Amino acid sequence: MPIEKEHSILAKEFNLNESRVDWHDETLWFVRTKRDNAAKKIKDWELLRSTASSIKEHVLSNLDAYLLRFEENAKKNNVQVHWAADANEHNQIVFKIIEEAGIKSIVKSKSMLTEECHLNHYLADKGIEVVDTDLGERIVQFRKEVPSHIVLPAIHLKKSDVSDTFHEHLQTEKNNSDPQYLTTAARNHLREKFLKSEVAITGVNFAIAETGSIVVCTNEGNADMGVHSSNVHIACMGIEKVIPNETHLGVFLRLLARSATGQSITTYTSHFRKARAGAKMHVVIVDNGRSRQLASVDFRNSLKCIRCGACFNTCPVYRRSGGHSYHNAIAGPIGSVLAPNMDKNGFKDLPFASTLCGSCTNVCPVKIDLHQQLWKWRQLLMKGGKGTIVKNMMMKSMAFILSYPGLYRFAGKSARICLGYFPFFLKIKKINPWYKHREMPNAPKQSFTTWYKENRK
Amino acid sequence: MSSRDKILSAINKSKPAFIKFTNVDFSSVDNEDELLDSFISVLDSIHAKVKKVFSFNEVDSDIKELKANNCFVLNAMEEIENDREDLELKNKEQIETLDYAFIKGEIGVAENGAIWITDKNCKNRLLPFICKQLCLVIKRKCIVANMHEAYQVIKMEEIGFGVFISGPSKTADIEQSLVIGAHGALGLTVYIID
Repeated sequence: MPIEKEHSILAKEFNLNESRVDWHDETLWFVRTKRDNAAKKIKDWELLRSTASSIKEHVLSNLDAYLLRFEENAKKNNVQVHWAADANEHNQIVFKIIEEAGIKSIVKSKSMLTEECHLNHYLADKGIEVVDTDLGERIVQFRKEVPSHIVLPAIHLKKSDVSDTFHEHLQTEKNNSDPQYLTTAARNHLREKFLKSEVAITGVNFAIAETGSIVVCTNEGNADMGVHSSNVHIACMGIEKVIPNETHLGVFLRLLARSATGQSITTYTSHFRKARAGAKMHVVIVDNGRSRQLASVDFRNSLKCIRCGACFNTCPVYRRSGGHSYHNAIAGPIGSVLAPNMDKNGFKDLPFASTLCGSCTNVCPVKIDLHQQLWKWRQLLMKGGKGTIVKNMMMKSMAFILSYPGLYRFAGKSARICLGYFPFFLKIKKINPWYKHREMPNAPKQSFTTWYKENRK
Repeated sequence: MSSRDKILSAINKSKPAFIKFTNVDFSSVDNEDELLDSFISVLDSIHAKVKKVFSFNEVDSDIKELKANNCFVLNAMEEIENDREDLELKNKEQIETLDYAFIKGEIGVAENGAIWITDKNCKNRLLPFICKQLCLVIKRKCIVANMHEAYQVIKMEEIGFGVFISGPSKTADIEQSLVIGAHGALGLTVYIID
């Protein structure tokens, strides 16, 4: 799919409201700081990270066997297991279950996989009303937007926006933007939906092979309210969510919330093994490009991701460009690594939406080498002819100049003259995008080579 | 070929050579008093109320007092007079207005204030979520240091549903301002029996 608007253009639009960008930047940095404080309190933090990484590497190297074991044990618990090769098949399976239940409205708690598969859209076209029950997701759903962050879906909005949205959809008082008041309004509105609900969809944070159970983490309690008030529970998971047993779960649960928001654990960590008497439980296991990513030596590491969002919060590009600029269900550094695997042409801009500073790699609880993978994607995309004409020409002329020392010295001299005598030329932002939000350095009087020759004695 | 077989064979072809994993020991060396102190201080920080009592009877008198004040209370604890009979059959409409739910917790985790309860403890799975005020009762000796120690005690194969609850429900989805009371309980009281 060709890109409608690439990251740099969408980021430019986000940057039009300077105070909003500053707020976004500072708020996410604050979340990152909370993560740091939480991590510092755990003496085994680094050992936990490397253990979590090793568990995931082990699972990926034996993934088919673990999925089979999970399926076998889930079936013993009377859980129906479905397999979907791609997004479309996933949506079809979910629709069929809803259709068989004979209902027109469902409740859903947060699941990035269903966002990735555009399930809401698919079900809406079939005449099914989907009610997102996570507060942030309900807000963006009312606004016909998508989440801008995997953990904080409405982080791009201010409380005045939420107030306007709720006034329109929930008839709250105009201009009352008190978060407590707005949250209570959403609680009352969604209580009604829970009381009526018959089918609940949830995501899956972890699937346990040994016990055939799935684990869902929330702070609001919306996944549990949905599942326990419905007769049918559909849990949707990517193939990479399986882990061997509860011993391993302990490692991930100590890392997940601390990395995400700085909490020591989410309010609710729910383990669904069997449906209650009279109810049904389904698990949909989805590939959708993941086995292809697994085949890639360079990128398979990204499948270790536990979706904590720490790499978003620390990323200087994400914080200043907003989640929607990534035009993908998963934004930030991890989204930029995952998306080109799904559609190389449609997301060829994302690996370039990074400074390669490496901060994402340093905070990742499962040690994904994010900045290395972004850099590898760049190389692949440029080799595959996916670079822009300007970038290609610049790279080629750079390579040409750097391979001839004489030419290099001449170019250096010209640059110094240009910068010294015609600085206005380099300050035309159209010609030199580097100048946007930056000052050009003063030109040195001489090159390092000349200086070295004069001073070496 | 079914999607199941397609996916499994694709994984089989794509996966790297087998990588071994050896379990790491994360158990703590803290003593009982340290665990209790840390459990209480975490509960404090996550907006849960703590009440130290000496027996289930003290909890029972609290329940009786609430009932006398016309609160809608359901008690799922076997140790004292309770409402366990029929609790499973109560539908969501019948318990939607529930003010207080009393449930026994199996394990408390000192490091994060989480309390483990199962479908056996609550009988009705909606109970801990649908009530306005949740009261969890836990014995002091059931407090462990961290999640690793908790999972050594938990027997998943014996239950259908289990949940760690750490504090009242909350959200910060509106401008990152913390609001206590999202969809689950608006408040949590933890009774610790010495």
